Amino acid sequence: MGEIVFRGLCLAAVVLPVVSLLALLAAVAAEGIGRLDADFVMRFPSRIASAAGILPALVGSVVLVLLTMLIAVPVSVGSALYLEEYGKRGRFAGVIEVNITNLAGVPSVIYGLLGLEIFVRFLSLRQSLIAGALTLSLLVMPVIITASRESIRMVPQALREAALGMGATRWSMVRSVVLPMAAPGMITGSILALSRAFGESAPLIIVGAATFITFLPDGVMSSYSTLPIQIFNWVSRPQEAFQANAAAGIVVLLAAVLCLNAVAVLVRHRLQRPRI
Amino acid sequence: MENDASSLSRVERPLSERVIEALLRLAAMVSVATTAAIVLTLGLESAAFFSEVSPGAFLLDTEWTPLFAQQHFGIWPLVCGTVLTSFIAMTVAVPFGLLAAIQMSEFSSPRVRFWLKPSVEVLAGVPTVVYGYVALIFVTPVLQKMMPSIGAFNALAPGLVMGLMIMPTIASLSEDAIRAVPVSLREASLGLGVGRVSTIVRVVLPSAFSGIAASVILGVSRAVGETMIVAIAAGQQPRLTLDPTVPIATMTAFIVQVSMGDTPHGTLEYKSIYVVGAALFLITFGMNWVSYRLSRRYRRLA
Repeated sequence: MGEIVFRGLCLAAVVLPVVSLLALLAAVAAEGIGRLDADFVMRFPSRIASAAGILPALVGSVVLVLLTMLIAVPVSVGSALYLEEYGKRGRFAGVIEVNITNLAGVPSVIYGLLGLEIFVRFLSLRQSLIAGALTLSLLVMPVIITASRESIRMVPQALREAALGMGATRWSMVRSVVLPMAAPGMITGSILALSRAFGESAPLIIVGAATFITFLPDGVMSSYSTLPIQIFNWVSRPQEAFQANAAAGIVVLLAAVLCLNAVAVLVRHRLQRPRI
Repeated sequence: MENDASSLSRVERPLSERVIEALLRLAAMVSVATTAAIVLTLGLESAAFFSEVSPGAFLLDTEWTPLFAQQHFGIWPLVCGTVLTSFIAMTVAVPFGLLAAIQMSEFSSPRVRFWLKPSVEVLAGVPTVVYGYVALIFVTPVLQKMMPSIGAFNALAPGLVMGLMIMPTIASLSEDAIRAVPVSLREASLGLGVGRVSTIVRVVLPSAFSGIAASVILGVSRAVGETMIVAIAAGQQPRLTLDPTVPIATMTAFIVQVSMGDTPHGTLEYKSIYVVGAALFLITFGMNWVSYRLSRRYRRLA
C-alpha cells in the first residue's frame, strides 16, 4: 500500500510538471494565435499594438546567433581539442578545466556586465550586434566545450595510435581521425548552444539591445533588437493588446527553440550510430 | 636516452604543427581570460563604488534606493528579494526534482526513461522570458483568485514558475547520484527483507546524499542568478520583507532595471549594478564550488 502511494508520487513528480508546462504553453498559444499571421512576422514595431510586427527582432535574433556561433564554435572546439589532445596532463589544462566548470555556473547577467564594460565601453563597440554576439559567445562557450570534450573522449584510443604509428603528425591525426568521429557530438553541443543563445535576453538588455528598432541590421556595428527582447518589451506594457503580441511572439520563439532542440537530438541519434 | 629522443622529436616538429598547437592553446586560454575579466571588471567598478559609498552603509542600511533623489545603498532589500524568490522556487523544485529522479532511476524501464528524461529536460530549455510571461499573465491571476490580497506583482508567482524551470536540474543530477549507488547495497537491503520504499529512503538516498545535496545547491545557485522571470513578474520595488504577496526586487532584476534606462558610465547608479553583480557572483560562485566538491565526492565513492 505504502509502496503504491510512493510510486504514484514519484510518477506524479515527472508527469505533473511536464503536463503543466504543456498546459501553460497551450494557453500562451491560444492567446497569441489570433495575432499570428504573415503580417505580424513581416511588420516593424509600432505604437499601435495591432499594427506591430516582429521582423527586425526576428532578423536581429537570427543574425545575432549566427555571429555568436561564428565566434564561439571555432574557439570552443579549439579549446576542447587542446585540452583533450595536447595539454591533457599539464597543470595548465587543470587550471582551464576548473575555469570552465566555474564559467558554466556564472549567472547570465554577469556576462552582460562583463560585455558592457569590455565590449561596449572599453573596445568602443557600442550597442552593436558584434558586442552582443561577443557577449553571448562567452556565455555559450562552456556548453560547446563540454559537449566537444565528451565526444572527443569517445574516440577510441587505438585509432589515434594507429594514425600516429603510421607516421601521421599529431595535427593530421586530430584532423583526419578525431575531428570526423567527434563531429556529431560537437554539432549537437553547438546547436544546443545556439538554442540557448536564441532564447537569452538578460545579458542582451545589459549590453544594449534596443526594443524599438525600425530598420533591419546592415552590418556588425548596427544596433539591433531580438525576439526575446521584443517579447519582454511587450510584456512590460500594461495594455492587453500588447500582451497578445507578446504571446504571438512567444509562439514564434518557442517554435524556433524547440525545433533547434529536436534537430540536436536527431543529429546525436543519426550521426552517432555508425561507429567502427 | 629517452630524453634525447624527445628533444630530437621536438627539434624536428614542423613549424605548422607548432603554430596549430599554439593557436589551440590560445583558444583554451579564452576561458581563463574570461574569468579574469569578470573578476577584474566587477572588482574595479565595485572599488569605485566603495570609494563613494561606505561598506558600512552598504551592509547596514536597510533601504536600496539608488534611483531616487534620496539615495540609499543598503544591499539587504535586494538580497531579501533574491532569498525569497529562490526559497519559493526550491519548495517546488526540490520535492518534484527528487521524486522525479527516483522515478527515473528506480521505477522506470530503460525505454520509459528514454522518453521521460528528455521530456523533463524540455522544462529547462524554455526561454526564461516565456516563463516570465507565464508567471505574470497566468499564474498571478490564479493566485489572486485564491488570495485576493496578493499584488499584481509579487514574489510567489515568479518563485513557483522558477521552481518549474529548475526542477530538471535537480532531477537530472540527483538521478546520476542515485544511479551511482552500488546495486549490491540495494540487494543487501532487499535481501534482508526490507521493503522497496524503505530501501530507497533508508539505504539508497542516504548513500546518494552528497550528490543530491550538490544538485540542490546548484539549483539554488540557478535560482539566485535567474533574471527575466523575476524582472517581469516580481515588480521592481526593493523592500526588506519576507512577505511573498507584495512586489519586491531581486539583485538580478535590479541590474536589468538600471540597464533598461540610460545610465551613463561613471555615475553611482552605473557602479551600483557592478557592486550588486559582484555580490551575486560571490554568492553563486561559493555555491557552485561547494556543489562541485560534493559531486566529486560521490563520483570518487562510486
